[in-house]
Amino acid sequence: MTTNLLRWIPLLPLAAAVLNVFFGGRWGKRFAGILASAAVFGSFLIALRVFMLLSPDAVLRDTLYTWIESEPFKAQVSFQADALTAVMLLVITGIGFLIHLYSTGYMAHDEGEARFFAYLNLFVFFMSVLVLADNLLLFFVGWEGVGLCSFLLIGFWYEDPANTTAGNKAFIVNRIGDFAFLLGMLLLFWEMNRLGVPSLDFAALKDAAARIAPDTAVLITLLFFIGATGKSAQIPLYVWLPDAMAGPTPVSALIHAATMVTAGVYLTARLNFLFVLAPYTLSLIAIIGAATALFAGTIAVAQNDIKRVLAYSTVSQLGYMFLAAGVGAFSAAVFHLFTHAFFKACLFLGAGSVIHAMGGEQDMRKMGGLRRRLPATYWTYLIAGLALAGIPPTAGFFSKDRILLEAYASPHGSLALWLVGWITAGLTAFYMFRQLFLVFHGTSRAPESVQAHVHESPAAMTIPLIVLALGSIAAGWLALPSRDVWDPWLQAVLGRSNPAEHGEAVNETLLVALTVGIALVGIAAAYFLYGRERRVREDGPLWGTLAQKYYIDELYDFLFVRPFTAAANWLARAFDPGIIDGAVNGVAGLVRGISASGRRLQSGNVQHYLFAFLIGTILIFVYWLRR
Amino acid sequence: MPGLSLLVFLPAVGAAALLLIPRGAMRALFSLAFGFSLAVFLVSLWIFARFDPNAAGMQAVERAAWIPAYGIEYIVGVDGLSLFLVLLTALIVPIAILASWTVHDKVKEYLFFMLVLETGMLGTLVALDLFLFYVFWEVMLVPMYFLIGVWGGQRRLYAAVKFVVYTMTGSLLMLVAIIFLATRNYQVTQTLTFGFQQLANLRLPFHEQMWLFLAFALSFAIKVPLFPLHTWLPDAHVEAPTAGSVILAAILLKMGTYGFIRFAIPLFPEAALAAAPYVTALAVVGIVYGAMVAMMQDDIKKLVAYSSVSHLGFVMLGLFAFNLQGAQGAVYQMLNHGLSTGALFLIVGMIYDRRHTRMIADFGGLWKQVPLLSAVFLIVTFSSIGLPGLNGFVGEFLILLGAFQAHPGWTVLATSGVVLGAIYMLWMFRRVVYGPLVRPENRLMADLSPREIAMLAPLVALIVFMGVYPRPFLSRIQGSARVALERVEAQSMAAPLVRVESAGERTDRGR
Repeated sequence: MTTNLLRWIPLLPLAAAVLNVFFGGRWGKRFAGILASAAVFGSFLIALRVFMLLSPDAVLRDTLYTWIESEPFKAQVSFQADALTAVMLLVITGIGFLIHLYSTGYMAHDEGEARFFAYLNLFVFFMSVLVLADNLLLFFVGWEGVGLCSFLLIGFWYEDPANTTAGNKAFIVNRIGDFAFLLGMLLLFWEMNRLGVPSLDFAALKDAAARIAPDTAVLITLLFFIGATGKSAQIPLYVWLPDAMAGPTPVSALIHAATMVTAGVYLTARLNFLFVLAPYTLSLIAIIGAATALFAGTIAVAQNDIKRVLAYSTVSQLGYMFLAAGVGAFSAAVFHLFTHAFFKACLFLGAGSVIHAMGGEQDMRKMGGLRRRLPATYWTYLIAGLALAGIPPTAGFFSKDRILLEAYASPHGSLALWLVGWITAGLTAFYMFRQLFLVFHGTSRAPESVQAHVHESPAAMTIPLIVLALGSIAAGWLALPSRDVWDPWLQAVLGRSNPAEHGEAVNETLLVALTVGIALVGIAAAYFLYGRERRVREDGPLWGTLAQKYYIDELYDFLFVRPFTAAANWLARAFDPGIIDGAVNGVAGLVRGISASGRRLQSGNVQHYLFAFLIGTILIFVYWLRR
Repeated sequence: MPGLSLLVFLPAVGAAALLLIPRGAMRALFSLAFGFSLAVFLVSLWIFARFDPNAAGMQAVERAAWIPAYGIEYIVGVDGLSLFLVLLTALIVPIAILASWTVHDKVKEYLFFMLVLETGMLGTLVALDLFLFYVFWEVMLVPMYFLIGVWGGQRRLYAAVKFVVYTMTGSLLMLVAIIFLATRNYQVTQTLTFGFQQLANLRLPFHEQMWLFLAFALSFAIKVPLFPLHTWLPDAHVEAPTAGSVILAAILLKMGTYGFIRFAIPLFPEAALAAAPYVTALAVVGIVYGAMVAMMQDDIKKLVAYSSVSHLGFVMLGLFAFNLQGAQGAVYQMLNHGLSTGALFLIVGMIYDRRHTRMIADFGGLWKQVPLLSAVFLIVTFSSIGLPGLNGFVGEFLILLGAFQAHPGWTVLATSGVVLGAIYMLWMFRRVVYGPLVRPENRLMADLSPREIAMLAPLVALIVFMGVYPRPFLSRIQGSARVALERVEAQSMAAPLVRVESAGERTDRGR
């Protein structure tokens, strides 16, 4: 089915971004925010319309023009929307709109508001291109474009070097992933060419996937997965995301929690037909996902910055999504992506509201007792926190429970994977409620001057919080055991995964009980240790290692950054001027030396030179003519 | 109507006209030079409009006897390979003249050389007689020598002499090779000609091809510059005035890569095929090496100069993939590099005009003071990094796509250039544009003037346009790229063993 509706989903925010770039400084700040929000709301309405038009096995297409053509290669600027795209679009534009709305309040005092909204709109543009692309190359435009926006927004407050360093780190680490992604595309294209289908269109890939050589499929999927570890912050490329918290908090909510960082998960889901051909890659994805979930979860426990806890939590939750994808449960992965978008956006915006109220303070040790002063923030935070912890009947319960079930019972699952996920579930509940108690309960540890100014945020900020909190509960009900609408909706795109059918028989009730049980234990432990006042000394070597994030940044610095910089430095300061240019100047010096001895030949008389030149040329001529 | 001749010699006419203007009349001198360069640009647009996008061969060909005794003719023509380089040249020169507004010393001579240089460059791009090509090739050298040597920075003489000696060394060998080629052709066909198309039909034995190829390749490789022949470039760039750097980067370097695809590869296909693994290796080393050395530079201009070594490595990689993607990507990347590096040198020049320093450490926080300049800088930076949606990506991707088919192992290494490019460009950008505005001198910097906006706007517009809609360019390049590769492709089909056993392939076990 063709339509020209799809193009307007990215184009509206793009147009608003362009307008704000050129006229943002001229019209008032207020208008910049309104324009940007309105554009995203427009995209949301179109996305809704698209959703209505679709049925689970239908695809809408909107082709604009041929972008790059070099026979046999061809890539079009062409959009497609199927059931999976529709879900992503609703998240991006729906939650995106709420965050734009929130930002009109959050950024109201910032002089760069027009620039902020231009970047934010540009992000929505690229993100919707990413999910709407009907071929890998256009997908890559969105993929790198969101990376650009991430770079721009992390470094939005550019005067602080910490922010811009974090922005660079994010872009460069992502580029390492993109390096692999690019190679994946090159390999995939020539493999497709070999099969007689020279194309990177998803539809063509899906048709030809089964004919791809098995080893090549493993290599291609591995390369794409490395790309995904960059964008979606998995081991070993996760290191940029915690630093990315330097950006304004709405950015953390939209880009670094709800949407952009899920692009890697979306990629594996979109290419699920390719990944299922590579069991080796799938098990690696499951292992990396589980390991990242646990690893980041332990770090989150020991962070004191309110946003860093959430950042590591995001890394950990993305790990869950990859765990699901790795065991072949793509639908469960996307389901967690969907619910996570609500509650994590809610948590970040709530954190923003707290930071806003505390005059910019982000250290949880200087907070406490905010429950009564910020009631709307508190209640929404609590709901989203329960969802993150996986307590029924919130959305997080349903999606996490599904992942753990699949991790155990799917044909690719195992007890070990489940166990890691299960332990992480306990950790998640613990660090979430440690944060909740430290921030909102107990007594305030803030200085008097800050306490005096604590105030609940304006409606532009609390309304999005309330909507997201409601979503954090209700989003999970799409997959009630009794009435599951989620799986049937995505079945045509993501395939079926029903562990009860082909896995060993499992006692689902027992698994659910265990999962909820460990979450409750985590909350109880957090209450015991932090409920009223902090009852535990946060020190010792283990705590220090966690607080210092296992020293991974230092390790990377030692292993990669320093040797590379030293090598570059040697090339630039010694090798290039000394050896390469030295050789050139050496030759020149040699010539000068020889010619000095023959200076008598150099009479300085141009006629002599011309004569010698002529003779030489003639000699060469004669030589070749006589041969 | 002789469009190409008008195009080539109009700047020379302008240069002659300049001589009639008194040297004190600066405004008149500038206006005249700018007017002529603008007229040349209009002529180039007219040629573009009349260009048949579906034809692969030479168009607008003009032919006249020149030195009949030696069979030397005046033959000019354009095809898809040269068309856009001609347009780029005609666009860059007026911008370079606008960038020279700050030159106050010997303006008359300066503008004279500028216009002579334009004739040399355009002539080199359209010449189809090898001797004529050689003449134009050398004509480019002289004005550039003076532009660097007279209007350059402190070490201008060293840089200018280095530039000339380096380039001359290569080009003299090329002259010998040209003469030899014509002579051999005479022996075989009994007609003395320097015409490229006749000479391209000559089939020489392998060892002769190899020597001739090496002579041409050395001359072109120096111009590119291919690692390790690049050390003249940073010196020339650092010392040259802004307009000189812009022209050098945007156009002169392309003469090297253009020479390869126009002459060296089609004339000596077997030799080119045999040399491909080595050239590819040097190109890839250049990509990585240029990026790493660029990273550590303290001078913005030197950084951009080394980045050219890296970017031109990509072009060479694409050319020596000997497939359509590689060739189209390479030609496209020549244009991209012309636009984005040209713009980078303009920006560096604008910063230098204001602060008389180019040291990265002297800046920081420029966004607060000069937001418009910084925003343009940002766009150009990302064009140089190869962000999809801007021009650089299209060329880079096609090159990698083509090269991957031919040399997968080397291409993996080359692809690391996308990471390295981001590292050095963003690091520089962060130190110059971001951060707090610490230095009080920088508080006096003014944002872009209307003249500067007029210089940068067309470049930025093209950077975006060519990223979003490359089709009008790629489709015109396609046919001619095919023709240029015809013989070398036929060779590789005929003798696949040569390729399998070549050195570059053996290292490509990674596949």
